[in-house]
Amino acid sequence: MTALPAEPMLPSPFRIVKVVRELADTFTLVLQPEAGGAFAFRSGQFNMLYAFGAGEVPISISGDPADDGQLVHTIRSVGPVTQALGALKVGDVVGVRGPFGTPWPVEEAFGDDLVIIAGGVGLAPLRPAIYQALANRQKFGKLIIMYGARTPQDILFRKELEKWRSRFDVNVHVTVDRATGQWAGRVGVVTNVVARAGFDPLHTTALVCGPEVMMRYAVDMVEKRGVPTDKVHVSMERNMKCGLGLCGHCQWGPHFVCRDGPVFRFSEIAELFPVREL
Amino acid sequence: MVQIEDLGRIIDEHPFFQGIDGKLRGLLVGCAANERVDAGQYLFRQGGHADKFYLIRAGSISLEIHAPGRTIMVDTLTEGEVVGWSWLVEPYRWTFDARAQELTRLVSFDAKCLRGKMEADAELGYEVLRRFVPVMGHRLAATRLQLVDLYGPAE
Repeated sequence: MTALPAEPMLPSPFRIVKVVRELADTFTLVLQPEAGGAFAFRSGQFNMLYAFGAGEVPISISGDPADDGQLVHTIRSVGPVTQALGALKVGDVVGVRGPFGTPWPVEEAFGDDLVIIAGGVGLAPLRPAIYQALANRQKFGKLIIMYGARTPQDILFRKELEKWRSRFDVNVHVTVDRATGQWAGRVGVVTNVVARAGFDPLHTTALVCGPEVMMRYAVDMVEKRGVPTDKVHVSMERNMKCGLGLCGHCQWGPHFVCRDGPVFRFSEIAELFPVREL
Repeated sequence: MVQIEDLGRIIDEHPFFQGIDGKLRGLLVGCAANERVDAGQYLFRQGGHADKFYLIRAGSISLEIHAPGRTIMVDTLTEGEVVGWSWLVEPYRWTFDARAQELTRLVSFDAKCLRGKMEADAELGYEVLRRFVPVMGHRLAATRLQLVDLYGPAE
């Protein structure tokens, strides 16, 4: 866990300086603190975003940790609060509490191949880790990004994926579950890509984020390839409310996801992961 | 022209037949041929006679279903993978279209030739099936995951 903000229950006003419509149901808000100054965070952490009059939701930070002058959140509209956030425009203000939670262990992976496996909007919480990895590219072996989306029209951060793919030192594999027409890329689940990707299992750190079912199968495949589970990290999502491990809404077995997660070492949660009652 | 010994080496090096016994590899080579298919060309069509299966050496093949007005891609197979198991199961008909997404080089195996050898040599029959069953299982699981619509709208 990292240091908590000084007033963790008090939302700070942030003004929207840019809105990007990423997909039909997904958008990015770029925010700046009304009070000025910087907003430091670590890749994988989340904030509680407050849409005034609608409520608060936990949203992972999707921007570059090296750029503390602005705060970037990529949000999928799935409920009243995220829909209210989606209706906001440049110049509007939101409340921000955070950052909360555990980070992706990017520095811990120095010296290893770094394998990043994302599904759907799960690429957003991993993007800060990708920025961090690219900024420290020479400290890793291979850098492999595997991304699965529903259709070619649902590929998040498409231009950035294309940019990363054009580098000679990053392997980017994109697959979609179904496609029609002119799609010349891969079709099939992301676990198919994991099965064939060229990394050294004994010297690999894997970061996985996406729908829980996708993560389960992706982790299975990574494990089958021989990567030890203490080098596999997943980002969990539960009903986070306070962000401090006090209210208990996000309790998951012995853990509070907001405080002990959202990023967990898989070996520490392997037994909880398949329990459907939790 | 690809020589018999080259085909044997290619089969040996392909992940699908990795580590196969030399005697069995020799039997496989007798049914094998080197092939290429250009981008956009069909390797086989749905309903056609499944008289071969293929190992992809380089390139990629998309499996497709054609519906009126649209073609749906359901899977993509790439270098190191095997294409087709309809040749193993009667009535030996392809259930999808297979189309090259780019210039693709393959090793093909004549189904009638190989089925005959598998009938005559139980060890070969077992070895081929032992390698196909996990592929079939993996693809079934992957298809089920696709059906789940993992990234679909939240309910």
